[in-house]
Amino acid sequence: MTTDAFPALSLVPKAEALQTAKDFKSDQEVRWCPGCGDYAILSTVQSFLPDLGLKRENIVFVSGIGCSSRFPYYLDTFGLHSIHGRAPAIATGLATSRPDLSVWVITGDGDALSIGGNHLIHALRRNVNLKILLFNNRIYGLTKGQYSPTSERGKITKSSPQGSLDYSFNPVSLALGAEATFVARTIDSDRKHLTEVLTAAAGHEGTALVEIYQNCNIFNDNAWEPLKDTDTRDDLMMRLVHGEPIRFGKEQEKGVMRKADGHLEVVEVAKVGLDNIISHDAHAKDPGLAFALSRLSNPRTLENTPIGVFRDITRPSYDRLMREQIAEVTEAQGAGDLQTLLFGNDTWAVS
Amino acid sequence: MSKQIVQLNRVVIRFAGDSGDGMQLTGDRFTSETAGMGNDLSTLPDFPAEIRAPAGTLPGVSAFQLHFADHDIMTPGDSPNVLVAMNPAALKANLHDMPRGADIIVNTDEFTKRNLVKVGYETNPIEDGSLDQFKVHPIALTSMTVEALKEFEISKKEAERAKNMFALGLLCWLYHRPTEGTTEFLKAKFGKNPEIMKANLRAFEAGWSYGETTEEFSIQYEINPAPMKSGTYRNMSGNLALSYGLIAASKLSGLTLFLGSYPITPASDILHELSRHKRFGVMTFQAEDEIAGVGAAIGASYGGALGVTTTSGPGVALKSEAIGLAVSLELPLLVVDVQRGGPSTGLPTKTEQSDLLQAMFGRNGEAPVPIVAPQSPSDCFFAAIEAARIAITYRTPVFLLSDGYLANGSEPWCVPDVSLLAKIDPNFATELNHEAADGTMEFWPYLRDPETLARPWAIPGTAGLEHRIGGIEKADGAGTISYDADNHDKMVRLRQAKVDAISRTIPELVIDDPDGDARVLIMGWGSTYGPIGAACRLVRAEGKSVAQIHLRHVNPFPSNLETILKSYDRVILPEMNLGQLSMLLRAKFLVDIIGYNQVRGMPFKSDELATVINDVLESM
Repeated sequence: MTTDAFPALSLVPKAEALQTAKDFKSDQEVRWCPGCGDYAILSTVQSFLPDLGLKRENIVFVSGIGCSSRFPYYLDTFGLHSIHGRAPAIATGLATSRPDLSVWVITGDGDALSIGGNHLIHALRRNVNLKILLFNNRIYGLTKGQYSPTSERGKITKSSPQGSLDYSFNPVSLALGAEATFVARTIDSDRKHLTEVLTAAAGHEGTALVEIYQNCNIFNDNAWEPLKDTDTRDDLMMRLVHGEPIRFGKEQEKGVMRKADGHLEVVEVAKVGLDNIISHDAHAKDPGLAFALSRLSNPRTLENTPIGVFRDITRPSYDRLMREQIAEVTEAQGAGDLQTLLFGNDTWAVS
Repeated sequence: MSKQIVQLNRVVIRFAGDSGDGMQLTGDRFTSETAGMGNDLSTLPDFPAEIRAPAGTLPGVSAFQLHFADHDIMTPGDSPNVLVAMNPAALKANLHDMPRGADIIVNTDEFTKRNLVKVGYETNPIEDGSLDQFKVHPIALTSMTVEALKEFEISKKEAERAKNMFALGLLCWLYHRPTEGTTEFLKAKFGKNPEIMKANLRAFEAGWSYGETTEEFSIQYEINPAPMKSGTYRNMSGNLALSYGLIAASKLSGLTLFLGSYPITPASDILHELSRHKRFGVMTFQAEDEIAGVGAAIGASYGGALGVTTTSGPGVALKSEAIGLAVSLELPLLVVDVQRGGPSTGLPTKTEQSDLLQAMFGRNGEAPVPIVAPQSPSDCFFAAIEAARIAITYRTPVFLLSDGYLANGSEPWCVPDVSLLAKIDPNFATELNHEAADGTMEFWPYLRDPETLARPWAIPGTAGLEHRIGGIEKADGAGTISYDADNHDKMVRLRQAKVDAISRTIPELVIDDPDGDARVLIMGWGSTYGPIGAACRLVRAEGKSVAQIHLRHVNPFPSNLETILKSYDRVILPEMNLGQLSMLLRAKFLVDIIGYNQVRGMPFKSDELATVINDVLESM
């Protein structure tokens, strides 16, 4: 793959030599629990980064707090491990002032959706040039096992012995509601799909939100297992491909149809006919279809769970608009002169 | 009729009216004309937090005080010689500040029964003799304005609204102010609405002519220009000076100025101002909240920009954790706190110095942050550059503690020659700096400069210097995660030592003690410089001795501070808080401090501080 595949990264300097995954491994010992889904994501990201063909020193990973947020330490790029929930805000300042960087945010369901929810939605609506990888394991790991904003209602945890009372967030629905221009979902253990989604995200101009279903084998083991188990996954999970009919099931026997009242429904293809199965349109200007698809899944049983790119539309990024505004003003008024500025228009002389 | 002309040395005027009466504009215009006359001046706007409180009520009163003189002055003046009261509320709210014999110009049109009742006047004070100790000038400002504008095609309401220009015209006549500036100003301001523009010009001229012809005023006053050092001058307010100082710091360091900010009174004007200067490459980011504002600034600093966040006390509270991160990351960051009355929402439009301890200690852990405090509105320019110098040189967040009085107050400013301002070297790291055990070179992000103890600032895009840092404790030198007890103890002390080391580059304090006989020292920090200095003059004018020092650097202290404090019999420290700097000085130097503390939302008056000094002198 060549870097020409990523016009959104055109301002980031290109590597002179071919890179390998090894180039992106730092000298730090990885300290996640054995069996953690983060290992698989790290390995995939390290293998994927050479595909971008960017100078390593022009890639920055910014994280908040939580297990996932240790991620930057293990990549031999620039890395900033910040404070809880604030990574999108910090990355916004970095990406806005440095168009020559590829900036990635690593966050989790607690970091992004609880303490940092405000920064997440505003980064999405501004379309800052950030790629946000949200590791969703539906539990608080680093604080040892409390329910998170994506935990299913009624979950028994240390802080909810009688079951949690909270309704959960659907991160994809939330992002779409926050005017996101790129929203995708993938799975930690599906290396191929994860790589495809990361590639699509990297090529997007502006904020990309990638929800990654990730397993915490200590505090919430097998949370996504039905979507990984070869016996069940094909019946539960639909893979969204732009321009393709939305079909799934072991025999591709199920599909998504739009009902007369406008809502989407999973139907048997044989019963309704292939012509009635809708095709996925990730580039649709209106987020309605993407949102409706995001609502199909059952958060408890994981039935009808779409993965893939829900939405990928073109809108100028915040940082580009800011640069253009500065360039326009400078072009129209000329570069600023400090002495002239200090004098202003209303001076008097004392001799 | 020919009028008597009287020379005055100084005058204090207060314009007061309803929030919608345009008193700030009137004050600004009068200030401009006065600055152009070459008088020294100092201003004090005083307005309510409500945008438009109910008309005619006490909470809705907005005022602007201006002190101008033929000599150099240090404060906006203790008590006005003249009050312009546009309605009964303005009279009632300001009367207690008026000395016996002062002139009071009242707009009689507004002294209706209804308006009087609204503020609790049972009888009309203009008529009931309660103002006998003042020189009251009852003038029908509104109706005379409407009369003067009757030929214009504007509504009665629009005509009434021009009454502030009538008042301004009258005051300009009374004090011999030039009119060209206001004429030009009105032409520019109402350029898009010629009828309104002409009406305002006419109102302004009518006010002037009224002064010339009325028998109400038999004397016209003149105040000669003040002798000032030669140079080009302009009028300068604190928030504007601070904004320009930030742009200057960006130029002097060659770093992009990145402001991450969330609107808050009284700091928002800095965001407004900087957003107008994109031609300087300034990036302004109006964030979703205070935390995002400082977060984005930290991100920009990490990328090699001059990251700045501007706020007031409540915003600082929200930013605390992020400022701690910047302490740990050891990145340059400016936190501008334009202090206001607290706690909580407090008094948003009033001034106070009560965030000092928040700036010093308001973070978890041992998290030292240098503090710089400007001493006058125009000094905000130089204080901003100094704060940036410290932040960039020492890789540290720095607090710039302005306040509401400095932010909105103004004074003449001798515009500096920018070619004489010292450059600031960001000194980015570009090379590997440490030899590993196997002889290969590597990059250690926390290998400190032995002189400044500052760490290398290696920004993304620098080949070979890729590194990972964060808020977790780092190993001394290598900068990798370390939970080692001895290392943590060392790192905590190193961060403190780095901030302490800044005092080596801070100028020593200079004592102002004209006769050298003083046994009493009065000191302050920040915006109290003017009132304290003016109080010293009053005391010295009585033949007594008092010495003055003023802190611009509140953390760390200048190196000779302890010696100075211990060489006086008494040390007086006025603060607009309950004794925050006093506490720091007592703790650090074991010296006794006589605090004088007030939190009334207004700056000290010089005569009250003179009384404080005299009381201490007499007690010895």
